[in-house]
Amino acid sequence: MMKTISAIGGAAALALSAAVVTADPVDDTLILNEELELVTRTTAPAHVEELDEVLSGWLFRGTETRAMQADDFDNPGMIFVEKALEAWDTAEGSEGKSCASCHDAAETMAGVRPVYPKWNEAAGEVRTLEMQVNDCRTSRMGAEAWKYAGGDMVNMIALLSSVSRGLPVNVAIDGPVQSMWEQGKELYYTRTGQLELSCANCHEENNGNMIRADHLSQGQINGFPVYRLKNTKLNAVHSRFKGCIRDTRAETYSPGSPEFVALELYVGSRGNGLSVEGPSVRN
Amino acid sequence: MRNALLVAGVLAVGSTVATAETIAPSNVKYEDGAVAQSLTGVPGDPAAGREIVGSKKLGNCVACHQVSDLSDVPFHGEIGPMLDGAGDRWTEAELRGLVANAKMTFEGSLMPSFYKTEGFIRPGNAYTGKAADDTFGPLLTSQQIEDVVAYLSTLKE
Ligand code: HEC
Ligand code: HEC
Repeated sequence: MMKTISAIGGAAALALSAAVVTADPVDDTLILNEELELVTRTTAPAHVEELDEVLSGWLFRGTETRAMQADDFDNPGMIFVEKALEAWDTAEGSEGKSCASCHDAAETMAGVRPVYPKWNEAAGEVRTLEMQVNDCRTSRMGAEAWKYAGGDMVNMIALLSSVSRGLPVNVAIDGPVQSMWEQGKELYYTRTGQLELSCANCHEENNGNMIRADHLSQGQINGFPVYRLKNTKLNAVHSRFKGCIRDTRAETYSPGSPEFVALELYVGSRGNGLSVEGPSVRN
Repeated sequence: MRNALLVAGVLAVGSTVATAETIAPSNVKYEDGAVAQSLTGVPGDPAAGREIVGSKKLGNCVACHQVSDLSDVPFHGEIGPMLDGAGDRWTEAELRGLVANAKMTFEGSLMPSFYKTEGFIRPGNAYTGKAADDTFGPLLTSQQIEDVVAYLSTLKE
């Protein structure tokens, strides 16, 4: 009996040391479909004072998960991009229009994803890509708004991201967005919930370390939406924020709330210089 | 008058916990981070403490700490220091203070306060994402804290 127990203990100890060995982000290059090299590691933008380098979450994932993302045929997120392509061409609402009626091919959207969230002068507000999509649906198509982090929306965001893959994230932080950016920064450093943990506690101070079975990344959002092997679907940025805050045993905010828009603006800007990767693959 | 006060005090404590001798989270006395007095007066059970330290549903201490004695439990984190030898490095009173509220020993510590019920920002109802309600209590009960302290005291090098 005693022998069996120590044998099991030995196996677990092995598993443990294996986990520790793989704890650093890998030194690997993401080449999409054997042709497009993406930036997954670069000098941190000046406004991210605590980090020297910014790293994509891709570098913190296992070999197989990384390979899955490198090839569109293997990336399960691309199935949802296909679905969004159909929606792109489908007329809906009282005006009888589709996205394509105003924008032609989805590829014309290249360059849009990297600069969101951004200031909308006419509306006088900071808009996420989701807010912009819903504005087109309601005011131009006469269609109903999609649920903020629902399936139709997350698919469309995946399509809009996919056509910008390889372009550097470039979220503006000054001018009219500055106060909201400051609010997002404040949220990032606030220790919430009964566990009193902030985003920074995990993703700034401890990226590269294991927290139980999870390998902590920098919590960058250049790869969103992400297809997670864990729930086998595409996950929106705000859904991930919600999950992380819930895990601090806190009362969360809702997807689409002003707090999460501010947080997305701030977290997005922390990844300036990394390539847009969405839809990416994570565990 | 004296009697009435005494009864009120005992009632207030008794309403959240099992025994009258139990010290409520807000009444714990810290001295340089250490807590000299047992929270329950009942000696801790190291075997129960071992279970709490390793279990995801209880203390989940191994989410952040490695403990060689718990190598039967998979996946230990590396956020905090290794706990091997904690029983040599710290007295019982210091360990009680560390587990109850590590921020009294290490200012701004990442380690959650396991016996504290006040001063949180947006406290939730466990892991539901919803706001805390009147079932809100400390992460571990007073006796669980004593059990964990008893277990940590056995971790000698
Ligand atoms: C208790 C630790 C913890 C806290 C606090 C935390 N996270 Fe996370 N987060 C994780 C873990 C674990 C993962 C999954 C592994 C990874 O990608 O880092 C994760 C993943 C993420 C991801 C996905 C990254 C990717 O490439 O797929 C984002 C984005 C993120 N977190 C943002 C945040 C933000 C913003 C906050 C604060 C509102 C926050 N996190 C707070 C633990 C935490
Ligand atoms: C979210 C991470 C986290 C969790 C969960 C956690 N700790 Fe810690 N713990 C730390 C950190 C970080 C330190 C180092 C002190 C510091 O610098 O703040 C620490 C320090 C300690 C120490 C002193 C270490 C030494 O030098 O010997 C003890 C003892 C301890 N923790 C026990 C526990 C126990 C028991 C639990 C669960 C009931 C627990 N910890 C849960 C992060 C954590």
